[in-house]
This record gives sequence, structure tokens and C-alpha cells, in this order.
Amino acid sequence: MIEFVRNVRLWFAPGRIREDGATPDYRFSLANERTFLAWLRTALALIGGGFAVDQFLPDLRWGWRVGLALGLLGAGVLCSLRAVNHWVRCERAMRRGEDLPVSRFPALLSIVIAIVAVAMVMVVLFGWEG
Amino acid sequence: MTEPDRDSRDPGLQPERTRLAWRRTTLAGTVVAVLAARTALQSGPTAARVLTCALCAALWLGFLTVAHHRIRTLTTVGSGGPPALTPKHATAAAGYTMALAVCAAALVL
Repeated sequence: MIEFVRNVRLWFAPGRIREDGATPDYRFSLANERTFLAWLRTALALIGGGFAVDQFLPDLRWGWRVGLALGLLGAGVLCSLRAVNHWVRCERAMRRGEDLPVSRFPALLSIVIAIVAVAMVMVVLFGWEG
Repeated sequence: MTEPDRDSRDPGLQPERTRLAWRRTTLAGTVVAVLAARTALQSGPTAARVLTCALCAALWLGFLTVAHHRIRTLTTVGSGGPPALTPKHATAAAGYTMALAVCAAALVL
């Protein structure tokens, strides 16, 4: 948790990250940036999915529809938060010459998406008339 | 002299790929903004909905500004490659995305 707060301080302090270690090969930094953008796109796709559930499943009961939409939107927020946090951690690890940080987040996100997908299939198969 | 020449060719075309990644991300943001407008107008355009929709458009513009700034930095390559993304810009890009999600929640509810 303390580590996370320290990382959050780094998000807003552009100069501080440059004080750490040596500048890595710019290609590594750009690769890290592209990974960050890919996660941001994932977040945007989840937000778009939230809108899609709300807009294109009008026959669904209100609770289900709003619940699914808010779940997807929440996942989008988490995903973008994690994107910037992971970017900072990777950038700092590269400057210090340490191993890149490992993360449980991709596994968690894929499990959540799988659960949402199964829930959608169930809803479409059985809950349509409800 | 052959050594720097080979390096500056950059067979991976990293700045170009990064530039295109920013473009793709902006496009994804545009799709979300259009969906936001659709949601706001479909379910009866009340004042609050139109305001939230305008906020979404402003956030989209903000993201566009960050992306444009970064793309310009990437195209003006000096020796030793373009400078790395600053934490300020990364936080701004992620912040705009999160604010879009909050607006979306307000529109859906």
C-alpha cells in the first residue's frame, strides 16, 4: 500500500523519475509506452462495453442492465488506473536496471471478463423474457 | 561512421509504431465519446444529460490534445531517439479515460 502511494506521487512528479538510475535505450521506453496505451485501449473498450450493454440490451431488466454496465465501467476505471501505475513501475525498474515488475492484474481481468461473458450468455439464453 | 548510421535507421520503426498506438487509442476514445452522445440523446435529452455529454466531448478533446502533443514530440526525432513519455502526460491520458468512465456511469444511471 505504501508502495502504491509512493507510485502515485511519481505520477505527478515528472522530474523525480529522471533522478533515478540511468536513461534506458529509448526503444525500451517506447515499448513501455505502447503497452501503457494498449491497456488504456482495453479500458476504453470496457467503457464502450458498458455503454453497449446499456444501449443495445433494452429488453433486459433494469437491475441487470445497470449492474452489468456499471461493472464494466468500474473495470474500465481500474484498468486505466493500473495502466499508469504499471507504466511508472516499469519505467523506474528499467532506469534502475531491475527486473520488470510482475502483476496479477491480467489474470484477474481475464477471469472477470470470462465471468461477465458467461453471465451475458446466461441472460440471453434464459433471462430474456424476464 | 557506419555504427551510428546503422543505429539511426532503427529497423523496428519504434517511434512510428508508438505514434500509431496513440492514434489507435484516440480512435477508441472517439468511439466511446460517440456512444456517450448516443446514450444521452436516445434516452431523452434532459439538461443534465446534455451537460454530461458536453463534458464527455471536452474530455475527448483533452485526450486529443495529449495525443497530439505526444505525436508531435515523437515526429521531431533528434539524435538518440525521442524523449520518453513524461508521467504528467501518462497521468493525464489515464485521468481523461477515468473521467470518461465516470461520465458514462452518470449517463447510464
